[in-house]
Amino acid sequence: MMENSKTTAGFSSPRSDNFPAGLRVLVVDDDPTWLKILEKMLKKCSYEVTVCGLAREALNLLRERKDGFDIVISDVNMPDMDGFKLLEHVGLEMDLPVIMMSVDGETSRVMKGVQHGACDYLLKPIRMKELRNIWQHVLRKRMHEARDIGNHEMDQFDEVWMLNGTELLSGKKRKDFDNEKEISDSRCVDSSSMKKARVVWTVDLHQKFVKAVNQIGFDKAGPKKILDLMGVPWLTRENVASHLQKYRLYLTRLQKENEVKASFCGMKHPNVSSKENSPQYPVDVCADVINDKCSGVSGDKAIVQNGKANIYESKVKGVVSMPVAEPRSVVGDNFGSKTSLSDSFALINTDVKSLNVPTPYCFTGEAPQPQYKQDFKPRFPSCTQPTCSLNFVPSHEVRDRVSSKENKPSFFKSRSGVGKLSALEAIQPVSHQINFHALEQIPSTTWSMTSQNVDQNLVNGLQSSPGNLTLGSGSVVASLGEDASIQGECFPAYYGLRNIQQFDYSDPQTISGVPTCLYDTLRFDYEYPNDSLEGIVLDQGLFIV
Amino acid sequence: MENQKQRQAAYLRRSLFDQGYIDDQFIHLEELQDDANPNFVEEVVNLFYTDSARLIRNIELALENGPYDFTRLDNMMYQFKGSSSSIGARRVKRQCCQFQEYCNAKNIEGCKNTFQGVKQEYNTLKTKLEAYFQMAREGSHYV
Repeated sequence: MMENSKTTAGFSSPRSDNFPAGLRVLVVDDDPTWLKILEKMLKKCSYEVTVCGLAREALNLLRERKDGFDIVISDVNMPDMDGFKLLEHVGLEMDLPVIMMSVDGETSRVMKGVQHGACDYLLKPIRMKELRNIWQHVLRKRMHEARDIGNHEMDQFDEVWMLNGTELLSGKKRKDFDNEKEISDSRCVDSSSMKKARVVWTVDLHQKFVKAVNQIGFDKAGPKKILDLMGVPWLTRENVASHLQKYRLYLTRLQKENEVKASFCGMKHPNVSSKENSPQYPVDVCADVINDKCSGVSGDKAIVQNGKANIYESKVKGVVSMPVAEPRSVVGDNFGSKTSLSDSFALINTDVKSLNVPTPYCFTGEAPQPQYKQDFKPRFPSCTQPTCSLNFVPSHEVRDRVSSKENKPSFFKSRSGVGKLSALEAIQPVSHQINFHALEQIPSTTWSMTSQNVDQNLVNGLQSSPGNLTLGSGSVVASLGEDASIQGECFPAYYGLRNIQQFDYSDPQTISGVPTCLYDTLRFDYEYPNDSLEGIVLDQGLFIV
Repeated sequence: MENQKQRQAAYLRRSLFDQGYIDDQFIHLEELQDDANPNFVEEVVNLFYTDSARLIRNIELALENGPYDFTRLDNMMYQFKGSSSSIGARRVKRQCCQFQEYCNAKNIEGCKNTFQGVKQEYNTLKTKLEAYFQMAREGSHYV
């Protein structure tokens, strides 16, 4: 991998000259056993591994250690947040490649992963060789970023990727190449051009962006015009272009979602209220609603008429990273709740999962049918999933390319190849793709030790809070241990590896509760009229498009 | 130079595979074991049993009284199955699949019965693995 100086010159990670050794990987999985195994496997690949047991924790970590990771690997089924949601957040805020993992290789789920921007989708049990290759996604992304300069017509990119590591670039150049910096078709790309500084899309910045877009008109908005209007001197056209692309995707998805929602009107659940200060998770309510009313519908459809009940989030794409100008109201998050971690974990585990896992076998003709219905296979007949790594073309390319080398389902073609994403074409019918946004609203007790912390963070502004490393997973794990021992059934040896050292936190602190809640509740469209339980109000109005 | 304990350990291990208790995920774990983590496999197995105890318990509770939420049961089992796959618990997984089929069919009796099977396989495997690790440990003392 390393030997060919032509191919590797300039590709080295700033942290290590032995790329891909030292690749900084963040692994997110709520299953401690898998976490341990994955950690070991990744270490064997000479990667630098950080593990995380909760999605929110992972997001916190990512936000705190900006540019601290090269790639994220996450399980799809997480108790506190849908893996797909995490995927979106990461892609948007940090713009890191994300690999999804699951026991379930259902086509629909995999597709969902890809659509949410996963650069790969691995099936458990995962093999070493699959993990050895993940560095390619990092490289690919960097190269893509380097080339993604100002032109949102992404379909002009040519396919580049080699998988054997010896030849990292194809000979093709971009046709419509706008950049002053000559990125030739040679093998050597300057590492400075590859690793551009990541822009943090703050609330403020995003607001400016949206304002500019609206001023110009969504359809007419191009990166240059937007940039000019925004008046942010340090922002580049490239930054705007890539943000615009994500924003468009987000809106398109939202639109689709709203269409589908319209067909399911009347599913307001009166009990759902952000003002409730009860340990009952709104998620649970949502599950009941869905189970009762959508018996014929795939569990994937979190289609609950939302209106004022702000429990259910829209897909939060194109929203901001953590530094928050003002504290926000966090709808539905029970900051004030004092339930213990283990309780909440158990509760979450039992209740939330009902939302998390799609039940495709329930899918009937009542719902709008996607084009790929025939790809559905019932989940059960083969329970031992063959181990196969589905190597996907990176999400940008999937969305944007006109033609695909690989054999993709036709819907990809329908959405790709057009520079401007028009409203309805881009996204696969949403019926399978809607996240269980309600999962967002899992009270922060799962990952926050005290409401005090949360409060503090809300007030301080998230980015400035130093060392908000979350030991959520550690604590959760610890509490699991307690739970387990109470059961009396478990192994007497409470395995020592589950202590906090397992997690590479250099600066253990108490858990910060806030950032992800705040982040998650920021949206483009919904208003949050309700105050949080703490009485902290954020101006949601920032995000009204 | 093998001693008797080592031979017995090897025999136990062999039989676990032959009788379908474990699959090659277990071998995969063995391959991960190295000088840095000389007891990796045993550690992982311990971790699995410790952690999954609560999953088992939750399912048990959910099966106690109606009304039965089959989706929820299915999800819980899905999670447990995923965990079992981490150590290659083949028979356990099979029972899990069967359980899920009964969930699908909304057959609570089927679920309950199968769950007994799940627990049985789960506990049997635990016993066998404990014996194996014990034997292997003792065998290695003579090396």
